[in-house]
Amino acid sequence: MSIYTTNEMMTVAAARRLPDGAVCFVGIGLPSTAANLARLTSAPNVVLIYESGPIGAKPTVLPLSIGDGELAETADTVVSTPEIFRYWLQGGRVDVGFLGAAQIDRFANLNTTVIGPYDAPKTRLPGAGGAPEIAGSAKEVFIIMRQSKRAFDDKLDFVTSVGHMDGGEARQRAGLPGKGPQVVVTDLCVMEPDPVTRELTVVSIHPGISREQITEATGWPIKFAANVVETPMPQVAELETLRALQARTDAAHGKQEGSES
Amino acid sequence: MADICSLREAVSGLIHDGDTVAMEGFTHLIPHAAGHEVIRQGKRDLALVRMTPDLIYDQLIGAGCATSLRFSWGGNPGVGSLHRLRDAVEKGWPHKLAIREHSHADMANAYVAGASGLPFAVLRGYIGSDLPKVNDSIRFIDCPYTGEKLATTPAVRPDITVIHAQQADRQGNVLLWGILGVQKEAALAAKKVIVTVEEIVDKLDAPANACILPKWVVSAVCHVPRGATPSYAHGYYERDNRFYLAWDAIARNREAFTAWIQRHILDTEDFEGFLRVHAESQQEMSA
Repeated sequence: MSIYTTNEMMTVAAARRLPDGAVCFVGIGLPSTAANLARLTSAPNVVLIYESGPIGAKPTVLPLSIGDGELAETADTVVSTPEIFRYWLQGGRVDVGFLGAAQIDRFANLNTTVIGPYDAPKTRLPGAGGAPEIAGSAKEVFIIMRQSKRAFDDKLDFVTSVGHMDGGEARQRAGLPGKGPQVVVTDLCVMEPDPVTRELTVVSIHPGISREQITEATGWPIKFAANVVETPMPQVAELETLRALQARTDAAHGKQEGSES
Repeated sequence: MADICSLREAVSGLIHDGDTVAMEGFTHLIPHAAGHEVIRQGKRDLALVRMTPDLIYDQLIGAGCATSLRFSWGGNPGVGSLHRLRDAVEKGWPHKLAIREHSHADMANAYVAGASGLPFAVLRGYIGSDLPKVNDSIRFIDCPYTGEKLATTPAVRPDITVIHAQQADRQGNVLLWGILGVQKEAALAAKKVIVTVEEIVDKLDAPANACILPKWVVSAVCHVPRGATPSYAHGYYERDNRFYLAWDAIARNREAFTAWIQRHILDTEDFEGFLRVHAESQQEMSA
C-alpha cells in the first residue's frame, strides 16, 4: 500500500518510537493518537497516563478531551490530578512524556502560550497545561508536530516548556531530572538532538520528501545528520489500525474539523 | 453542616461580589448549572480560580462576572480557543481581566496546599520556562536539606468552591467517582462549599476508599439533575461534544454571545428552564 497522508506517516513514525512496556504520559491530540496507535500495534504493553488521572488507559476511541469517560473506564486505576503530578510524574515514574506544541526552536524548547508580546499577543494560545513539568521530569520527551516555518521558529516569543535550553549540557546544569526531548517527529521527517550540541538534526526523511522541503519548512538553517535514512513507509497493518481507530473516534464523537490537534 | 436547598438559595446566600471562587471539575463533572446561576444573579468582581477555564468560565467572563482569573490551560478542549477569555484578555471586553497563569502541576499542588492549611506549595517545576517571568507569584527556593532549586506557588484558598457530584444522601454526604481532578482538594481548600448533585439517595453505596465529602465539610447540597451539562457525569450522561463545538461560533462574536446568555440564562428561571430552551435551540440548529 503506498497511498497514505503525510499526517498518517507522521503518526506511524511517532508510534514506532515508543518502546513496548514504556510508561508514557500522553498529551491530547497528536500525541494521544500516536501513543494509542503504538499500543494497538508495536507496543501492546505500553502504559498510558493522562493528566486527568487515568493510569493504564486503553481507550477504544481517541479522547476528545483530556478527561473523557472512556479513559477512566478503560484504565487500570484512576487517581486524582494532584496524585498524577506528584507521585507518578514528579516521583520519577514516567519513562516518556509525549507532547505536541504550537512552536519549537532548534533546541526543542516549546511554546504553547503566546505568539508576539505576552501583554499584547498576536496569537494567544491555551497555555501550559501539564507540559512544563512533563518536559522537566519525564525521563525522555517525544514531540510530534506538523512542520512549518511558523512552527519551527528560530527565536520563540515565549518558552512554556523546557527542551535543551541553549543546548549542550544546559539541562543538566539547570538540575532538570529528565533527559529532555529525544525525538521530534513531523509530517516531513524525524529529528533528534545532536549528541553534543543538542541542536535538532534530521536523521530520517519520510518517503517522497526532499531536503529542500524540510529546509523551507524550518525557521533556522536546519542541519542534517551524516547518515540520513529514509523513514520506512507505513505498513498495511499500521495504516489499517490507525484508520480503524480514527473511524471509531469519528463515529463516537461526530466528525469535527480541527479535532486532530 | 450541609444544607439541602435550591441552587438559587445556595448561590445567593453563599457567593458574594468580590469573592474568590473555584468551580472545579477536570472535563468531567464541571458545575455548569452553578455557573449559570452566578450569571443569572449578576454576581460581580469575582476572582476566579480553575485549572481549565472551559466553557463555564468563558461564560462567566463574557457575562462580566469576573475581574481576575488564575488558571493553567485556557482552551476549548478538542475545539480551539475560548473566545470570551481571549476577548477579555486582549481587548478588555466586557472589562479588563487580570490573569495569573500557572502550570497544571502547580495548580494541583496549590490546591493540595490550600486543603492542607499551608500558605504555599513546593514542586519540582518551571525550570527553563518563561512563566515565572510573567507571573511573579511563581518563585523558587533552595531545598533546606539538599540545596535543590524548587518552585513555589501560593496556596489556593477560595472563599467558596463549587463542584458537581453524582450523589448525596439526605444528610448531605457527597459521593463522586470517575475522573476526580482536583475537586476534593478544591473543596477542602475553601471556606465554604456548594455541591450540586445528580441524585439525592437514601444511602450512599460507597466502598471504603471512595471519594466522599462528609456533610460537615459541605455548606450546601443542591439537587440539579444534568447540572454538569455540557460536561458529563460518569454513570449518568455523556459529554455533549456537539455543544463544545457549537460554542466556538456562539462565543466568537460578542453579539451572538450576549444573545445566547440572554435567551438561555438570563431569561430562564433555573437550570431546568435552561435545559428546555437549550433543547429548543439545538432543534433549531439541526433543522
